[in-house]
Formats: sequence, C-alpha cells, structure tokens
Amino acid sequence: MRNLLNFLYRYHAFILFLLLELLCFTLIFKYNSFQRARFLNSSNQITGLVYRNFHSAEEFFALRKINDRLAIENSNLRSQLLSMSEKMPLSISPLINDSNEVYRVVPAKVINNSVNTQYNYITLDKGSNDGIKPDMGIVCPDGLVGVVVNVSKNYSTALSLLNGRWSVNAKLARSNHFGPLQWEGFNPYIAELNEIPYHVKVEPDDEVVTSGYSVIFPEGVMIGKVVKVEHEKGDNFQKIWVQLSTDFRSLYYVYVLDNTQKSELKEIEELIQDE
Amino acid sequence: MNKRPDWYIVFFIVVVLIQILFLNKLQFNGFLIPYFYVLFIMLMPVNIPRAMLLVLAFILGISIDIFSSTPGIHASATVLIAFIRPFMIDTSGIEDQEKGMIPSIQNFGFLWFLKYAVVLIIIHHFFLFFIEVFSFKAFFFTLLRSVLSSIFTLVLIVISQFLIYRK
Repeated sequence: MRNLLNFLYRYHAFILFLLLELLCFTLIFKYNSFQRARFLNSSNQITGLVYRNFHSAEEFFALRKINDRLAIENSNLRSQLLSMSEKMPLSISPLINDSNEVYRVVPAKVINNSVNTQYNYITLDKGSNDGIKPDMGIVCPDGLVGVVVNVSKNYSTALSLLNGRWSVNAKLARSNHFGPLQWEGFNPYIAELNEIPYHVKVEPDDEVVTSGYSVIFPEGVMIGKVVKVEHEKGDNFQKIWVQLSTDFRSLYYVYVLDNTQKSELKEIEELIQDE
Repeated sequence: MNKRPDWYIVFFIVVVLIQILFLNKLQFNGFLIPYFYVLFIMLMPVNIPRAMLLVLAFILGISIDIFSSTPGIHASATVLIAFIRPFMIDTSGIEDQEKGMIPSIQNFGFLWFLKYAVVLIIIHHFFLFFIEVFSFKAFFFTLLRSVLSSIFTLVLIVISQFLIYRK
C-alpha cells in the first residue's frame, strides 16, 4: 500500500498528464464527427453573446459595403420580379406564391466565421426561437454558404462549405450531370467537383449549381464556375476545380432556407427503404 | 517578482480574447494562423507545481476549443506543452534563487527565452495541426502550415514580451 502511494506521489504529474490527454482525445473522437457535435460549440449562449458584441463593432466599419451589396441584390430581385410578372398573368400568381411555398426564408447575420482552418464553422445570430433547426441550408446573394448543425435558443452554428467534413451534391448547369462537391482544404475560393464521367464535355466558365436532390437546398443555387478540368488516364471520372462564387472572407448577411415539405419528403423516401 | 493571483486571471482572459476575437479571424490565404495563447503557459512562474500547470493548460485549451468548435484539439496540445515545460526549464540551467521568477525575456535574457519559446511553440503547433487533420495524407502541406504558423506565433510572442515588460 505504501509503495503504491509512493508511486502515485512520485509520478502524479505524469498520471495527471495521461488522464487529461485521455479526456481530450475522448472529446476529439466523440464530438468532432459531423452530426454529433452537440456538446461544445459556439452556438451556446455565452460564446454567442461574446461574438455578437464584438461583431457589432466590426460591422460598423463594413456598413457601406453591406449597403452596396443589399442594393445590388435588391435591383436584381426587382428585375427578376418584373420579368416574372410579364410571363405570368397576375390572376394566377397568388395561387403559386401562397399555398405552395416550399422554402421559407429566414434572414440571419453572420457573427463569427473563419476560413483559415481545415474545418471551418459559421455562427449565426438566429436560433430555435426564430425557427432555425439543424440541417437547414444557408445561402447568400452570391451563392451557397453552408448547412446548420447546432441550434441554441438565440444562436446557431453551421458547417461552412469550407469544411472537409461536408460535401454538397452539385451539378453542371449546362449538362445536368451531378456529383459531390467538396472543399479541397487549401484555397478558400476553390472546391473540387468529383464523379463527373469523362465523356461529359466540361469547359472553363461552365456554371456549377446545386442539384436539388436533397431536401436542404432547392435546385439551381449558384455554387461557382469551373476553372480547371483534368482527366487522369485510367480514371473513369474527371477532376473539376470550381471557383466558388461566395466570398467566404466577407460574409455578413445570409438566408437560412427552411424546407416546409421536408417531413413529407422524408416520409415518402422512407417508404422506399422499407420495401 | 511574483504576481498576485488576480493578475493571472486578467492575463488568462486577455490571452483568450486576443486569440478568439482577433487571431482566429486573421486571413492569410487560408492556412496561416498564430496560436498566441500558449504565451500564458510559457509565462507561468518557474516553481509552479506540475499538476497545477497541467490543470491550467487544460482549462486554457478547452476555453479556446469552446470558442472555435474544436472540442479537445487545443486542450490536448496545450496539456502536452505544459507537461514538457518543466523538463525544458530543468535542463536550461536555472539557479535555485530564480525559482519564483517568471521565465520572460527580462528575467532570463533574449537568447534563453528564444530557445525556450521555439521548442514549446513548435511542439504545440505540430501536435495541434496534425491532430486537427488527423491523417498524414497531406503531410507536407500540414508540415508547412505548422512551420509557418509557428514562426508567426514566435514573432507575436517576442513582440508582446517587449510590450508587456517595457520599462
């Protein structure tokens, strides 16, 4: 017994070190995977509060830029609206708008954002009180941003597209061929589109958009443009580099997309799996 | 020159805030990022009990983790350097009467501090960056990231020394 106590006393620092590292690695393995990041995250109340207070100071200096962007977006939407109402008689448009609205849009402010780690996250200033739930898509006027993972009362955290743990189903707007698009981890402006068969002709400047095969994003949300295409010998697929249209270094306002028919879609898709 | 406990609490909060509000947001082409907060572990008094240093390191690391959504990653790297630090100090020829001092440039000289800082920062950053990606897939890229970020952290820490202890 005394020997044991002696031993513990002599090596107490080393034992404590091992215990703490064990604890750290438990945290790493348990909470770093995509879906299970529920424990420690910046959507919790305190961290959200710190980020929001600091952000309001930062935002003040960017107001001019934010204003310009909103004005441009407004004018784009207005011109779309005008061309829509020309195509469609006014009498039927209320029918389409009200009862069949698939996506509810919630505006949110980005209060924390990073582009310089391998797994980047975004913190938003809206939470479950505003109807935000996990697995909702996030877009901005320029294109796709990410997907919500954690929600607290007033804040939520999201995976940014610049996160190696997430890939989005994308397609080539011209030919409709689709495949997973994932960030390659080096440059915050470039992502890779894979699994496009090599007989498909892809050229620089082709547009890449969301495929609409998931309930998170509607079809046709802008992701970026093709910059480079490579085909290795013996490989069935070509490697396509996509220049992202969203500037992740300056995200201020984003829109969270709530698919109101998600549960209905899930239900019907589960029917297939059961059979 | 021992400081009062409340000085350490303020120091802790300042270091964490600098890290999460400014340095985590620096953007140099996506992969250069300084982890300045290790300064807190480096500037603990020479004679601090080992167990206490380990616990402090864990608290510091987990605080950074909570704010950057990376549970355990910073904590494990910080605990590692807290464990190595006493060996560094024991082998660097410090006299007994200096045991209560803070290992800063002012107390032990520029060259001594530089050696001490380089070893701790490099161990911390290499461990951290490799745990973060958790593979040797892009080995040289991760290596480059850790070397460049280490240099950046070292420069910040040396500059901060001159700012804090200006006479």
